[in-house]
Amino acid sequence: MINWSVILTIAKTHLITKIKQTSVAALGVTFGIGAYITLVSFMTGLNSMLDNLVMNQTPHIHIYNEIEPSKEQPIALYEKITNSTHIVHSIKPKLSQKKIHNALPLIKYLNEDINVKGAIPQIKAQIFYMAGSIEIAGNLTGINALEEAKLFHLKDYIIEGSVEGLHNNENGILLGIGIAKKMALRVGDRIQISTIKGDVFPLRIVGLYQSGIKDVDAIQSFSNLKTAQRILGEAENYITDINVKLNDVAMALPMAKKIERQFELKAIDINTANAQFETGTSVRNLITYAVSITLLIVAGFGIYNILNMLIYEKMNDIAILKATGFSGKDVQMIFMSQAMIIGLVGGALGLLVGFGISSLISTIPFETEALPTIKTYPINFNPWFYGIGIVFALVSTFFAGYLPAQKAKKIDPVKIIRGQ
Amino acid sequence: MNTVLEAKNINKFFEKPVRFQVLKNINFKIEKGEFVSIMGKSGCGKSTLLYILSTMDTEYEGSLLLNDEVISGQSSNNLSYIRNKHIGFVFQFHYLLADFTVLENIMLPAKKLGKKTLEEIEKDAYEKLKLLKIEHLALKKASQVSGGEKQRVAIARALINNPSIIMGDEPTGNLDSNNANNVFNIFRELCDTQHLSLLIVTHDEDFAKRTDRIIMMEDGKIIS
Repeated sequence: MINWSVILTIAKTHLITKIKQTSVAALGVTFGIGAYITLVSFMTGLNSMLDNLVMNQTPHIHIYNEIEPSKEQPIALYEKITNSTHIVHSIKPKLSQKKIHNALPLIKYLNEDINVKGAIPQIKAQIFYMAGSIEIAGNLTGINALEEAKLFHLKDYIIEGSVEGLHNNENGILLGIGIAKKMALRVGDRIQISTIKGDVFPLRIVGLYQSGIKDVDAIQSFSNLKTAQRILGEAENYITDINVKLNDVAMALPMAKKIERQFELKAIDINTANAQFETGTSVRNLITYAVSITLLIVAGFGIYNILNMLIYEKMNDIAILKATGFSGKDVQMIFMSQAMIIGLVGGALGLLVGFGISSLISTIPFETEALPTIKTYPINFNPWFYGIGIVFALVSTFFAGYLPAQKAKKIDPVKIIRGQ
Repeated sequence: MNTVLEAKNINKFFEKPVRFQVLKNINFKIEKGEFVSIMGKSGCGKSTLLYILSTMDTEYEGSLLLNDEVISGQSSNNLSYIRNKHIGFVFQFHYLLADFTVLENIMLPAKKLGKKTLEEIEKDAYEKLKLLKIEHLALKKASQVSGGEKQRVAIARALINNPSIIMGDEPTGNLDSNNANNVFNIFRELCDTQHLSLLIVTHDEDFAKRTDRIIMMEDGKIIS
């Protein structure tokens, strides 16, 4: 039977009379939690920005026809030497078409799969941008502009013009900013491109594209699927790549394997294509949490110290309380509640400080060529961090208070009263 | 007459530094309304006995009865409750909670007991203060009142739950003769008018002589 109002009154009086020590202990927690919130918001903000830089544009599964040598060479079929080793020098890749066979039914099939958020066709073509007698090599990708915008955030990378503009213009081209600069072209201008075969087509520039990766921007442009098919002189079923976005990235690897087996195509999943990038993310997260936890542990030791000192100072009080009928448990609760009050007040202030600092950081301008849509430092205001922060504050103060409170519980009042 | 406190065959050993018997076969009774003092030379075990009787020290052999109920061997939570409800304490040094006001100090044991509302407790506390003629100190910090006054506050605190018995460990040992006399008169009056039982350990012969009965101790035994 614990009378909480009495216990909390005593705890409060102790804390208020030692307001200096109390504030120092609470500030330790505030500092720890504030730093945790700031760090974690800033780091995860940066992380997700860097992730998006890659993730937004990268399909979860990329399906295409790979040019590669046949795994089985004709010699293997020659029965007379089945048990011998055969060595073939200078194997040449097999002549195969770039086009994906039966691409349209395949896309339809993929779009019906419940794991698939969307599968969209692309046509990749090598072209030359022509400026007078100068020819600059480049890539033209035929896309379905609206779908591309929906699944792969194409809009974020168009710095002039619009997705709809491209979609509505049969002769439109979305030009990489690098080429536009090189050739001094602007939206509305015309550009001539030529295919490898030598056919020349005039296209109208409907927008400028900046991916953030300079080498890409210097060669890449986009047009509608139909435009690309017309330029290449191919039929409407000519599709060279299929990009698939899944609902769950974790499904990418098994799904890619399945597609490869089923359709005899090359299917690369995102993790295989960007293995190093995943590692980078997890290492950055690890560092963030290691630093935050260190800060909180340091704050925890501060609380431990101050409560320990408080208990030495309050030896007499403890003895009197015990002599007048407070049980060991009551005394323990008095000191535990002091620790928890410090944790709660310090933690809540820490959340405010963390929110303040991260809000401040989110207003600092951060402009970089690589990220056309980002104007200030990215901050992740995830409410979960605040939840974790206050829980961590309470848990660490609980442990910091537990040992000193346990000690106070065990103090023998007789020893103290007779000791004087 | 009702027996308030009874000790039966109490033995106590100190284990450190060597095994040593401090109390040998202690037997006595205190009746309701009796004012008893324990005297003896330093080290004869009188304080040790008092702390056993107060239930704060539980490492002893024998049994202890409070209001005809055995209280030896009860759980420490129960003992805390018994101390809170039935035993009032006055020490040699005026043990008050320095950060609290005099009134809060007096009210604390009653709040812990939790039998009455806050208003009733406050009324009781003022009554006890009036009884001890220190009501003007009620709202002062405990650290700001004088030694003699502190001891009176401690007595008021001991009285707040209307205990069965008040125990004192040399309550006048640290006071000048005037204040000591005051404290004795207060005890005497409580005993006479409220039929309170008192058990006081003291060195002061004058003090002891004026009590109803003196228990003399020597080498851990009661000699008279």
